[in-house]
Amino acid sequence: MNSPQLSSLYQQLILEHYRNPRNKEELDAKTVEIHMANPVCGDEIRLQLRIEGDHIAEAKFVGSGCSISQAAVSMMTTRLQGAKLVDADALAKRFTEMMHGDEIAAQDKSLGDLRALEGVSKFPVRIKCALLGFDALQEALKKEVGDVGGELH
Amino acid sequence: MTAAMYDPVRIRKDFPTLEQTVNGKPLVYLDNAATSQKPQAVLDAIDAYYQRDNANVHRGIHELSRRATLAYEEARGKVAGWIHAPDESEIIWTRGTTEAINLVAIGWGLDNLSEGDEILISVLEHHANIVPWQILAARTKATLRYLELDEQGRLVLDDLESVLTDRTRVVAISHVSNSLGTINPVKEITRAAHAVGAIVLVDGAQGAVHTRVDVQDLGCDFYAFSGHKLCGPTGIGVLWGRKDLLEAMSPVQGGGEMIHIVGRDESSWAAVPQKFEAGTPNIAGAIGLGAAVDYLSQIGIENIEAHEKEIMAYAMGRLSEVPGIRIYGPTSLEERSAVISFTLGDAHPHDISTILDMDGVAVRAGHHCAQLVMKHFGVSATARASFYLYTTKEDVDRLVDGLGQVTAIFG
Repeated sequence: MNSPQLSSLYQQLILEHYRNPRNKEELDAKTVEIHMANPVCGDEIRLQLRIEGDHIAEAKFVGSGCSISQAAVSMMTTRLQGAKLVDADALAKRFTEMMHGDEIAAQDKSLGDLRALEGVSKFPVRIKCALLGFDALQEALKKEVGDVGGELH
Repeated sequence: MTAAMYDPVRIRKDFPTLEQTVNGKPLVYLDNAATSQKPQAVLDAIDAYYQRDNANVHRGIHELSRRATLAYEEARGKVAGWIHAPDESEIIWTRGTTEAINLVAIGWGLDNLSEGDEILISVLEHHANIVPWQILAARTKATLRYLELDEQGRLVLDDLESVLTDRTRVVAISHVSNSLGTINPVKEITRAAHAVGAIVLVDGAQGAVHTRVDVQDLGCDFYAFSGHKLCGPTGIGVLWGRKDLLEAMSPVQGGGEMIHIVGRDESSWAAVPQKFEAGTPNIAGAIGLGAAVDYLSQIGIENIEAHEKEIMAYAMGRLSEVPGIRIYGPTSLEERSAVISFTLGDAHPHDISTILDMDGVAVRAGHHCAQLVMKHFGVSATARASFYLYTTKEDVDRLVDGLGQVTAIFG
C-alpha cells in the first residue's frame, strides 16, 4: 500500500473485523430492532438489542456492506454487551464527534478500538458508512426511551 | 473522420475536466454511464447563449428572443437527426430520461390503462423505468409483469410470446442496460409487442450514447434519453414519441407555453411539442445538447462505437486476468456496450472505489439504480467501469493497476 491515507483508512483491525465480524447473528430474544440502510450505496444493517432495565444485555446485528460499515458495527456491538444505556448513548455521540473531525474526541481513550476508524473522517463520502451502526444505536435508544417515557440517565 | 484517424488522446483535449490530477494522479474518468464529461464546444455554446442571446423563447418580438428561439429550435432539429426521428416536432424537451418516462406513464398511461391491463418491463431496468410503472399500476389497478434475466444478464425472450398477452398495453424496455451494458434486442421485442397491440417505450439513456439510434428502424413508439450522458449539460433530456400518440395524449403540466387559448374555466392546448413543455424551458440546456450532438456527429457515432468496442475488448481481456475478479453481464462483446460491472474477492465495491479514487481512477460503486439486477446476481453492489469516446487503453491499464492495490489491502 503506497498511500499513507489508505493505510490509515484500512487498518488491520478494521480489515480483521470486516473478515470476522463479531456478534453477527440473529438475536431471538431482542427487545428492539432497528433497520438502517443507506439507499445511496446499499449498505444495510439490522441492529438487534436485548435491553433489560437500564442496560443492554445483548447486542447483535445482521447486514451487508463495505468494510467500514461492517467493521464499525462489529466493533460497536463488542462495546455494547452489558453497557448502560447512558454509556451507549455517550459512546455513539463521542464516535459521531470523531467522525466529524473533532480531534479531542479522536484522542478520547473511552472510544477504545473504535479509534481505529478515525482515518475515515478524512474521507467525507465514507463517513456515513462508519456511522450506519451508531445511527441505528441512537434510533434504538430513542425508541427505548420513548417507549418507557423517560430519559437516559 | 475515418476510423483509422480516430485518436482518443486528441479527443481528450476537447474535454477540460479530463486535464486534471486527482489525489496527485492524472484523472482517469471511468464513470461515463453515470454522466459524461463535456467538451469545450458545449461549454462555449452555453456560454454564448448567456453572454449574447439570453432571452425567453417563443414569446418575444425583440431580437434577442428571436435569436434564443432560433438556437433553441435548431437544437430540437439536431436532436431529431441524432435519433433519426421523422419529424422534429416529435421531440419533447424534458429534464432527462426519468422525466420523459414519467411523462409517458402519466400522460399516456392514466388515460389508456384500466384494471387488469398489463405493463411489461424487465428485471434489467434502471429504477427510472420501473418505479413510474409501479406508480401507474397502483393508480390504474393494472398488473406489472417482468421479463426475466439469464445467468449472463440477458433478457430471457423464449417465453416472450406467453408473457405478452392481449391485455398487455405497454412494454417499456431499456435499449442498453446501465448496470451490465447488455444490449437488448428492442427491435424484436417491439415487433412482438405490436403484434398484441401494445405500445413500446425504449429507455435510451445509454442507447442513444453508445450506438446509432434510428427510431423508425426500431419501430418503437417512444424513445427517452438524457443530454448529460451524451456530452451535453444536466437538466435536459428528450422524449421522442410518434406524432399520433403525442397528439392524442393529455398534457401533464399546465402553464405558459403549452396553451392555445385560455378561458376562465378551460383552455385549449398548443400543438405538439409545446403542449408538453409548460413554463420557461431549459433553453441553455437544449442549446448545449444541440452543440453536443454537433460535436459527436463530427466524430461520428459509428467511429465512437468502434472505438468503444476496441476498448471493451482490451478491458475485458485485461480485467479477466485479475485474480479473484467476477465480471457480470454478457460474455459476448457483441451483446454488450461500454460497461463492465465487477466485484473483486472479498473487497466491497465501495472500498474498491475509494482505493481507486486515491489512484485518480473514478469508477461507480453501488447498485447503479438497478437493485433488481443486483438481487438477480445475489450481490448488494458492484463496481462499474464505463467507457466513452475519450477512454484510452492507458486508462484501462491504470484501472488494472489500481485493482492491484485493492488486492494488496484486501488479499
